[in-house]
Amino acid sequence: MTALLPLVAIGVALLFWEGVARWSEIPLFILPPPSAIGERLARSIADGSLQRHTLVTLSEVLAGLALGAVSASLLGYGLAKSSTLEHALSPYIVASQSIPIVAIAPLLVIWFGPGRLSKVLISALIVFFPVLINTIVGVRTVPTELYDVMRSLRATKAQIFRKLEVPAATPVLLGGLKIGATLSVIGAVVGEFVGSDQGLGFLINVGNGLYDTPLVFVAVITLVAMALVLYGLVAMLERKVLAWRIVEVG
Amino acid sequence: MTPILTATDLSLVYPNGNGGLQALDRVTFSAQRNEFLCVIGASGSGKTTLLRLLGGLLNPTEGEVQFEGERMIGPRRRIGFVFQAANLMPWRSALENVKLPLELQGTNSGANSRRAAELLKLVGLVDFENTLPRDLSGGMAQRVAIARALVHEPDLLLLDEPFGSLDALTRERMIFELLRIWQMRKVTILMVTHSIWEAVLMADRVLVLSQRPGSIRLDLEMPLSRPRSLDMMHTPEFGKLVDQVRSAIE
Repeated sequence: MTALLPLVAIGVALLFWEGVARWSEIPLFILPPPSAIGERLARSIADGSLQRHTLVTLSEVLAGLALGAVSASLLGYGLAKSSTLEHALSPYIVASQSIPIVAIAPLLVIWFGPGRLSKVLISALIVFFPVLINTIVGVRTVPTELYDVMRSLRATKAQIFRKLEVPAATPVLLGGLKIGATLSVIGAVVGEFVGSDQGLGFLINVGNGLYDTPLVFVAVITLVAMALVLYGLVAMLERKVLAWRIVEVG
Repeated sequence: MTPILTATDLSLVYPNGNGGLQALDRVTFSAQRNEFLCVIGASGSGKTTLLRLLGGLLNPTEGEVQFEGERMIGPRRRIGFVFQAANLMPWRSALENVKLPLELQGTNSGANSRRAAELLKLVGLVDFENTLPRDLSGGMAQRVAIARALVHEPDLLLLDEPFGSLDALTRERMIFELLRIWQMRKVTILMVTHSIWEAVLMADRVLVLSQRPGSIRLDLEMPLSRPRSLDMMHTPEFGKLVDQVRSAIE
């Protein structure tokens, strides 16, 4: 029963929205009713444009997420293990985080062109920091007692990495990846806003320019769905990998 | 017969800025093969430090440890270590935790599982092979740790207050469990404890460490018959041994 409550809530909200949009004098391009958005959604699926733009954005998001997460966890491990490296790099890493991504997105588009590469890089940049920080925290919080166990058993560095550090740091690392997954969508769309001729961000720009507000809603809803699915996938991975941490209730 | 373990003039100074903190001062003793030794001392007497030196987890500032006639530099496979806490890998089941030392030696996996299962049986945890550490009680976890330390058939077992965190009843059970295992396996045991009666009840010989910097204050044989039992604690002989150890500590 309680599982249905969110559905009831959104249903009521949509009905209210539909009523307000229909029986008020608000024009369609300012507040389209949900039914108009649904119609626009059906149309863009029918002509294949929504799928095409979604695939473009999705490919940028996945590539950006992979690139950002892999490079951040590699550097994060290095920083966690070497205080020299950390002292040398951390001021720049922290400083880089004070630059809003929207401010450097145009630069990246100028340097790497209006194609997908610049979006992948922007997405990777925005994913980078949360994953980096979580990797460092994850590796640093591996209990020293467990290192003692491994050392007393004469484990090699590679064995310590594989059999201790990776599994012990995974919970925190996945936490960073969950944040990164939603941020990666933002990164790709910011890139598409700045300059592109395809993708959901481009679709929003088009809808905006043509006063096709239902199209803007369609693109936004698709983006939300994409972020939710990505988040859900990481959460699923988390449940699978981290079964040892979840305490069964009852 | 040559002793299995010899400590000669072991000193250890922890660097701390103003000349360093001397934890141990010229500790000298040796352990015979299959002997059960207990090291006892007030807190801060360097018991744990001594054990870490003997296990090769720390290097002495002066003096040396010889294991089976060879000077020790770094941990040895022939030495098993049981720490104050069980220090199990929380993502591994009881069986997988016991298997870890074999895995690190790179031996065959099927045989490893059989061997680990045997050890779990030895410590009385037959039905807990697939149980995760979070579902084990403190005493059970510590028994898994003992099984892990024994699985690769070490010649020497070092235990650092292994029953310190257990309740009184579990502790009594574990004492006799360990004595039983020791008699079956014929392994040399060196156990650190801060309980006088525990030391007298279990050991062939009790070493008393003085206050910091720790040095051997007393090296006393326990001429009680084997197998030991709780009833022995009410004999005048037991009381006399306890008094002797206590007066050496104070």
